[in-house]
Amino acid sequence: MAETLLDIRGLKTWFKTDDGMIRAVDGVSLHLDRGETLGIVGESGCGKTVTARSVLKLIDMPPGRFEAGQILWQGRDLIPLSSEEMDKIRAREIAIIFQEPMTSLNPVYTVGNQIAEVLSQHQNLSKKQAMQGAVDMLRLVNIPNPQKRVHDYPHQFSGGMRQRVMIAMALSCKPKLLIADEPTTALDVTIQAQILELMQEMKDKLGMSIMLITHAMGVVAETCQRVVVMYAGKVVEEAPVGALFGNPRHPYTQGLIRSIPRVDRAAAHRDRLEAIPGTVPSLLQPPVGCRFAARCKYAMDICVREMPPLKEVGPGHRVACVL
Amino acid sequence: MTDTLLSVRNLKKHFAVSGGLFKRVVDHVHAVDGVSFDIGKGETLGLVGESGCGKSTTGRCILRLIEPSAGEVWFEGSDVTRMNHDALRSLRRDMQIIFQDPYASLNPRLTVGAIIGEALQIHNLSPTRKAMEERVVELLETVGLQPDHLFRFPHEFSGGQRQRIGIARALAVEPKLVVCDEPVSALDVSIQAQVINLLEDLQEKFGLTYLFIAHDLSVVEHISDRVAVMYLGRVVEIAPSRALYETPLHPYTEALLSAVPIPDPTVKRKRIMLQGDVPNPIRPPSGCHFHTRCPIARPDCSERDPQLLEKRPGHWVACHYRG
Repeated sequence: MAETLLDIRGLKTWFKTDDGMIRAVDGVSLHLDRGETLGIVGESGCGKTVTARSVLKLIDMPPGRFEAGQILWQGRDLIPLSSEEMDKIRAREIAIIFQEPMTSLNPVYTVGNQIAEVLSQHQNLSKKQAMQGAVDMLRLVNIPNPQKRVHDYPHQFSGGMRQRVMIAMALSCKPKLLIADEPTTALDVTIQAQILELMQEMKDKLGMSIMLITHAMGVVAETCQRVVVMYAGKVVEEAPVGALFGNPRHPYTQGLIRSIPRVDRAAAHRDRLEAIPGTVPSLLQPPVGCRFAARCKYAMDICVREMPPLKEVGPGHRVACVL
Repeated sequence: MTDTLLSVRNLKKHFAVSGGLFKRVVDHVHAVDGVSFDIGKGETLGLVGESGCGKSTTGRCILRLIEPSAGEVWFEGSDVTRMNHDALRSLRRDMQIIFQDPYASLNPRLTVGAIIGEALQIHNLSPTRKAMEERVVELLETVGLQPDHLFRFPHEFSGGQRQRIGIARALAVEPKLVVCDEPVSALDVSIQAQVINLLEDLQEKFGLTYLFIAHDLSVVEHISDRVAVMYLGRVVEIAPSRALYETPLHPYTEALLSAVPIPDPTVKRKRIMLQGDVPNPIRPPSGCHFHTRCPIARPDCSERDPQLLEKRPGHWVACHYRG
């Protein structure tokens, strides 16, 4: 058994609003091993981003709050840590990159300054050493002409190049875990392919683990070893990537996979897509039973009454469904 | 081939770039740079390409939501680019558009009834208020919404439902051609499939012709009869969708297709990685616009403009060395 880096147990991250409590993450358990790429998939509002941000405690509190659960990082619970203690974890142990690199980079500093800032904050480096470190990082992520580009501002980079800068910044302190929150969603497909390849290359070079948050099943299939599928704040299925796509057990996972048109299957052209009817339930008053029951074609009485627990159906394959 | 509904001939749109102290025009962005294609009655033509390739500008020039700089757009025997204001208004009954962002394209202060009814009023299609209301209810039901949604405001709907409202508004005037500009890009996959199925049903029911603009190749392949691929303001390949996906001729199409992640971990493909970014459309590369990133480029590609030629029946490609 591989060494477990991150172990999330029964995490509940809720948000207080004028309308009531939003149960964005409502009892999520998952783990991530050293050297592994774990995919977390689901649609908007399923809680995947909140789960990821909870790990680094990047949730504004209030309105957010940890209602229950533990986030064990190498055996140590992060939830009770002070913000000073968290600062030692962030960037050095766990780093994060976001979907929109333009909004996560500071527009009035050069990218060199921003990377150097991360370096000097976490390591004892002189200004010159930090700047040299920034150049090295830009070279590592294959940005051409790094000595010159280090003095450029974020707006002088294209979308793909900005995401490379973000990755350079995130990796500058050699973290053990990189959380990538929809890193390629804002990018064109050919650029997406470049960034995914870069992440794989970095993972191999630095020996880190990746938690990849995405809504794109194709990206998951091509990059992850294990996948967690989330729906309305809960984990509905967890499996090695082969089992998830080869033998999806939860009706929601099945629906997700079947609702995507496929370029590699010309025979399927013009067949009707299998859409999942209805929409995601409100997280203000989530249904008591299975949260997917209202949209599920196999739903029975029991599904509406009780929330099915995750149960093992194969090696490393767990599903929350009574079927 | 069936009757041609729309013919676009050598369409160009150059946006002026101003700069300097007196905001003089210093340059032009060649957003659309000589695009030609036909769409048959009842056909769906897909228009794909990455951001900035000019696909949306092409769509908008056809409706004259943006004034084209040069070229002709023939719709049922008349040239749209030379129409006066009145002719254009009646033309808009025949040509409608659905936008990407259902949040931004619906007036937040109007009820759904008023949004859809507005089109009927402008074109005097409903003599009485009651007739109008009945027609709007009929339209709501056609797109899968409830009659009681009539009095609600856009913010009360989910993304998928809002897109249905946008579709109902476009259908209100019984158009012949609908330009769908990234209609499902902002939606989650399960909802995306619902909207694609709806568009297909409506096409069959009302004999609609679609120009379907999207960056997602798998969606375009699924819905289109023929597909045109654009790169930096030009069409580089146009073919029946099956032929395009099975035997792409242009190296750009090939690379684009190979970059699409396939939601099946057992499929292993050779990926053609394109180097670098799309060049600046203010100064597009000489000769073939793609030669700076093309894996099979030869020296003369930077000198000679490739023409879009029919290399196989119905399969047109603009490349000196392919086909």
